[in-house]
Amino acid sequence: MQRYIAGRLLLMVPTLVGVAVLTFMIMRLVPGDIVQLRFMAGGGTVSRALIDAERHRLGLDKPMLEQFTDWMTAAARLDLGTSLWTNRPVIEEIGLRLGLSLELALLATVIAIALALPLGVIAALKQDTWVDYAIRVFSIGGLALPSFWIGILTILLLLTVFRWLPPLTFTPIWEDPVQNLAQLIWPALAVGYRYSAVAMRMTRSSVLEVMREDYVRTARAKGLGERLVVVRHALRNSLLPVVTVISLEFAFLIGGLVVTEQVFNLNGIGKLLVDAVVNRDYTMIQGLVLLLASVFVIINFLVDMLYLVLDPRIRYA
Amino acid sequence: MTAITRDAEELARRRFLERTGWARARRAVREFIGRRPLGAAGAALILLMIFSAAFAEVIAPYDPTENRFSDLLLPPSAEHLFGTDAFGRDVFSRIIYGARTALLVGFTASLVGSTLGLALGVTGAYFGGRVDQLIERSMDILISFPLIVLAIAVVAALGGGEGQVGNVVAAITVPIIPRVARVVRSSALSIVSMPYIESARSVGAGAIRIMARHVAPNVFAPYLVMTTAFLGQAILLEASLSFLGLGVAEPTPAWGLMLRGAGMQFMERAPWLAIAPGLAISAAVFGFNLFGDSLRDALDPRLRTA
Amino acid sequence: MQHRRVSTLLIGISLMLAACAQGPRTSPTSPPVAGEQPRPGGTLTFVVASEPPSFDAHRETTYAILHPGSPQYSTLLRYDPNDLTKIIPDVAASMPEFSPDKLTATVKLRTDVKFHDGTPMTGEDVLATYNKIVFPPQGVASARQGAYAAVESMSATKDTIVFKLKYPSASFVASLASPWNWIYSAAKLKQDIKWYEKNVGPGTGPFVFDKYTKGSDWTGKKNPDYFGKDKNGTQLPYLDGYKAIFIVDVTAQVNAIRGKTAQIEFRGFTPEQRDTLARALGTDLAIQEAPWICVNYITPNTKKAPFNDVRVRRALTIALDRWKMGEDLQKITSLRDIGGLMRPKGPFAMPDADLAKIAGFSRDAAAAKQQARDLLKAAGQEGLKFNLLNRNTPTPYEPLAIRLLDEWKQVGITVTNQPKQTTAYFADLDSGNFDVALDFNCDFLDEPDLQLAKFYSVSRVGTTLNRAGFNDTKLDGMIDAQSRETDPEKRKKLVWDIERYAMDEMAYMSPSPWWFRIIPYSNKVRGWKVGSNHYTNQDLVSVWLAP
Repeated sequence: MQRYIAGRLLLMVPTLVGVAVLTFMIMRLVPGDIVQLRFMAGGGTVSRALIDAERHRLGLDKPMLEQFTDWMTAAARLDLGTSLWTNRPVIEEIGLRLGLSLELALLATVIAIALALPLGVIAALKQDTWVDYAIRVFSIGGLALPSFWIGILTILLLLTVFRWLPPLTFTPIWEDPVQNLAQLIWPALAVGYRYSAVAMRMTRSSVLEVMREDYVRTARAKGLGERLVVVRHALRNSLLPVVTVISLEFAFLIGGLVVTEQVFNLNGIGKLLVDAVVNRDYTMIQGLVLLLASVFVIINFLVDMLYLVLDPRIRYA
Repeated sequence: MTAITRDAEELARRRFLERTGWARARRAVREFIGRRPLGAAGAALILLMIFSAAFAEVIAPYDPTENRFSDLLLPPSAEHLFGTDAFGRDVFSRIIYGARTALLVGFTASLVGSTLGLALGVTGAYFGGRVDQLIERSMDILISFPLIVLAIAVVAALGGGEGQVGNVVAAITVPIIPRVARVVRSSALSIVSMPYIESARSVGAGAIRIMARHVAPNVFAPYLVMTTAFLGQAILLEASLSFLGLGVAEPTPAWGLMLRGAGMQFMERAPWLAIAPGLAISAAVFGFNLFGDSLRDALDPRLRTA
Repeated sequence: MQHRRVSTLLIGISLMLAACAQGPRTSPTSPPVAGEQPRPGGTLTFVVASEPPSFDAHRETTYAILHPGSPQYSTLLRYDPNDLTKIIPDVAASMPEFSPDKLTATVKLRTDVKFHDGTPMTGEDVLATYNKIVFPPQGVASARQGAYAAVESMSATKDTIVFKLKYPSASFVASLASPWNWIYSAAKLKQDIKWYEKNVGPGTGPFVFDKYTKGSDWTGKKNPDYFGKDKNGTQLPYLDGYKAIFIVDVTAQVNAIRGKTAQIEFRGFTPEQRDTLARALGTDLAIQEAPWICVNYITPNTKKAPFNDVRVRRALTIALDRWKMGEDLQKITSLRDIGGLMRPKGPFAMPDADLAKIAGFSRDAAAAKQQARDLLKAAGQEGLKFNLLNRNTPTPYEPLAIRLLDEWKQVGITVTNQPKQTTAYFADLDSGNFDVALDFNCDFLDEPDLQLAKFYSVSRVGTTLNRAGFNDTKLDGMIDAQSRETDPEKRKKLVWDIERYAMDEMAYMSPSPWWFRIIPYSNKVRGWKVGSNHYTNQDLVSVWLAP
């Protein structure tokens, strides 16, 4: 057991290295240059000499391999370097946005779980009745309506009906919870709805599957009450796939709310990432992708640990 | 005991699928509609979409790319069912032609992506150990890549031009693979520790045979859920990419593209510009999900004996 | 049968959609008239659509630094906020005095100007600032260094700065009013030449930097020691402070004005966004509009066949019915007026009657289309096919491309729209990896030296400017000649000759309809006038808020 856990922990390293290598290569394959963008996007007239000098200053004229080893050796010391665009430490830039993104992801997860678990279990227990149909139509709606679309419609509704616009700048929750929630609750709802649909479907199908398992049949046959069967056996054992889906989705939410953040003007990780990609801010992209990959790998590890605890059937070799 | 009943069930299921006589098929369809009204509604939406795509030339009253500046932003009427856009193009015709783009992107990306994911997920779970680790790590690397970085990289690396729909498909396929593989693997893990797999192995059945005959059919449920879900999600993803300007290029008719730019800008004065493609996207995704869920319920052997 | 049933269903949906359409719009108020008594106090909140990469305006080229930063700084000369065509002194005490040979310009400086750290501003500071701009040391970027090619040397005393020129320059005075040339402290520059890249201030402007939250907002407070006073002797600025909010998404920008979270955005909106705001805010909205010094160029790659053939290039521009394009596109984009290489209605604009004689500007659209077809035939390029490299910006690039495709289709040219992200677009432009591209240009001043810079030979200015990639010494000579001509009327004629040569005879690059600047804003904002560009007039010194 300990050896398994230690092994899993050690295996994070090659994954992260792989991510780093791939990010580095992919971004350099994509055409485009941060210096060109910086000096030309405004429509000004700049000379070739200026652009070359700036590329030199940023070290972009160095051989690829040298750039890579420089970055990797620094990254190994947890130094992600400075943003090519703003010249500030990558860590500092990420730190500024992480609070908002984490909070939004947590809010959306809470909303999703609160909707998905009860609805999913009810739908499974009432399979093929109108209750099941209603719940499924509601939840598939969450998958079918683009969440940026819901977001835009929500804002339009607030503006036209209530003549009110959610705050456009972020206030940390410990400074002013009302102001904070007034901004974040709308995107959290838009995202949480979609997220709940994913989780609810998995809950339903997973409960359905477990309810047909022999041990549940046995429990029923033994004459255990339906509620007890559901809670003690069905729900507990059907949680695994649900937890997998929820944790994958959570990891995705931290950096993946690109369009939603744009629509609600949220200063989050997703926007930072897209700006970095659009700007070809290599150091920022590499730092961010590495961070998001780490979040993912750690959550993955935790899920695996959960599997060990919850499902004794799984062998660990 | 388990192994025996399972094989019997599988035999029954095969027999069910093999009987393809017309009467049988008709009865099956009727039964499906009667027992699964949601699934039937989904199938109807999908058929409507396929029909539109196949007969776009006949159904669409106008050339979807023709500019008519004398007819800007006309509201819906008998002449222009969904009105016209900022270039005087007929929105209804663009929606009809857009079904082609949506189906192409949806089917190609989700089928290719999910099938590759299934193969990788089952292989990993079955072999365990190094093979599993290798696949898992590769999938982790892929999955932990933010979608947007992958999408931009794929689109840019393949270059622009006529093949742009192909770029978008590729950009959407890649992120589907690890997501399916992950879920399939987690389902397959509990299958491979079942006693009947051990017994199959002990009588000398080959790995590929065991995976294909015993493991894969048993993770078919999550595979189907994921494939149908990704069919819809691929269409959604295309819309998001287009919204960010990374999708299909104008003047190609595509639903996601219709939401961008003019669709947003004229949202209040000409709501049909944003509502029509929004509805088309939602209806398509809705249809695929409804149908997929019901099909899964109908086909899965273990769920049929309810 | 099925067809009809489907259609009936669709009509039902359509009618529902139609019911959602909005009613008639109320008309907003016209811009406030001059003569009101400015009222001190209040905080102006405005939207900035992108974020500054650094804090040093000398090195950047984006308005994103000018909008939040300009209120903290002064320049040597400036544009008069009440008449944006007029240049007036800022930290200068008077306008520059020229020697009779026009080769020496002396500028007297104010002696009551203080940096925000309390140190007085002297000629040393202005000299250090201009040295950094005109003669930047190794490793220091100065984006507009090329505009000061005429400067031979500079010197300063406590209260003057003297510029020695190599040759008389028509654009020199205007370049001293450049909104980019913020006056920096010599002491800070001496301490660290990149000080202002990393820090905001100290400047000498009407506002003192307060706080900048990256990705969110930037605030400034009134500078109580500012040197400026208005004509009634009231201490400037009027505002207590300002807040710039960064909003990238266009819909979110409009919503910010609509929800009254922000009062103004200084770059510009499209006509539809203006109308949406007008419908929502009614008389609470004011609108100012002006032709903009921004334009897209249809740029054939002259190094590549068949665009090395002048007949093909001419066909491309002649095929366009620009007058109709302007008329149509202004309904849906911020494109509007038709002009040559200089801004329409600007001081150097060619009269419409003369313009109509140039290829691609004819009023007779049918004849022009035929002429284009004939040219293609003569060049053996009937059925020409090419890719149009474009920027993936929703407005005005994408609508413009859709319209261009349609115009070209009418003469039998098949064009594929190839929109790319801005970075990839620049990469292709720079490396010449395109058939025909939509290039663009924006400047802060109606000035042939700036707007014609793209037309110098590529061997002289490189592909960063000349995207079409041609070499033409005759054209180089023509551009140089107008630059040294200090008589405005004679200079205009020279510029017009260049337009005829470059757009018609050689058809190197040709403009699509020029951009039009539309600023819908809260009618409480007073003392700000829209100009021909979104770079100048941003120090907010004369802006005030009505109750």
